[in-house]
Amino acid sequence: MERIPILKMGQFLLVTIQVDMHDKLAMTLQEDLTNRISATRAKGVLLDISALDVVDSFIGRMIANISSMARVLDAQTVVVGMQPAVAITLVELGLPLEGVHTALNVEKGMDWLRRRMDDDTGDFRGASL
Amino acid sequence: MKDASRIAGVIKSNEKEILADWIKEQLASGTHRGDLLKESDLREQSRSFLSALQSATQKDGNGNLDAPAWGDVKHMLGELSKARALAGFSPTETATFVFSLKQPIFSRLRSELKGDANALAEETWNASVLLDKLGLETMEAFQKSRESVIDRQQRELLELSTPVVELWDDVLALPLVGTLDSNRTQIVMESLLEKIVATGASIAIIDITGVPTVDTLVAQHLLKTVAATRLMGADCIISGIRPQIAQTIVHLGVNLGEVTTKATLADAFLVALKRTGASIVKKEKKEANAAERA
Repeated sequence: MERIPILKMGQFLLVTIQVDMHDKLAMTLQEDLTNRISATRAKGVLLDISALDVVDSFIGRMIANISSMARVLDAQTVVVGMQPAVAITLVELGLPLEGVHTALNVEKGMDWLRRRMDDDTGDFRGASL
Repeated sequence: MKDASRIAGVIKSNEKEILADWIKEQLASGTHRGDLLKESDLREQSRSFLSALQSATQKDGNGNLDAPAWGDVKHMLGELSKARALAGFSPTETATFVFSLKQPIFSRLRSELKGDANALAEETWNASVLLDKLGLETMEAFQKSRESVIDRQQRELLELSTPVVELWDDVLALPLVGTLDSNRTQIVMESLLEKIVATGASIAIIDITGVPTVDTLVAQHLLKTVAATRLMGADCIISGIRPQIAQTIVHLGVNLGEVTTKATLADAFLVALKRTGASIVKKEKKEANAAERA
């Protein structure tokens, strides 16, 4: 069966979506990822969706869900590389993904996760201001 | 048809006189724009139109403008209206071209059909209907070319009004000028997001000093742009909110709570610099600091 690979990098898990997402695949990813987080005690998840150019409300919801589930399992999620068209679609669908942290690319996302680790008290953004 | 082809006959046998009368009529009507159209051009236009009209009435006397025989006449009228619309003629001045042809044709018909009142009335009516149709055709073409001009200008305006500028490393600014509607916001949003991808900027400043009024729709558009920018992984600051607009936003009950707002572009720029870790230091102060350290 088709699966999205989840790579472990130190304390973080790296998920790169390179294929067209369909609902079944999204559900599998959700399940695999939660299992991996609890198995590896990962502190952060980096979800790279730069290759994703079509989203629907289900996939949008899935991204929000993954982030919430990871938080419950004590891991921070950052979504990176969203395409402009995808961002516009999600906003138009009324899914602005409140509470999901985003970054422009993998580098910036990693940077954020690392700083988040160093400064584990409260929201990093809030702390920096 | 027999009836209508009489017009063709009348035009054919009196072409020179009708043309002379017609041009005189056009020049005398007070709607000729000597400043926009040379008299020699008007003569040439009138001559070629009259001969096209003659051959069309010859081929198809029914006055059915959809018939292929009228293709030439319609094409000619279309080109003429288009040229006049672009040159700045008024609708009346354009329509007079066709309508002033009535008088010369009617007077020729009158002299041809002197004895037969019934035929004269019939022919006059036919000619009148035909010329009215041609007049409407002219107006239609005139209107169409005016609309295409407006369309083009609107498109150009859209392109002109959405520049995204790089203020600093990692900082973009989007000075908005003019009223925001759905169409424009869509283009603004797209160009901002594209630019964020292209430059890798982490902060975007939307300056609305040039936006005259903000209503719920505009506020909603702004919020959407901010949300989309955040999804891309960049922060958004809105600047240039005038007191009046601040009042409107609060009265409308729009919640800008999550969005950073600053009074001026300069303030927003400072915040952006602070967030990216850069700062501006006055030169004397810097030297003073250096001296102190030494």
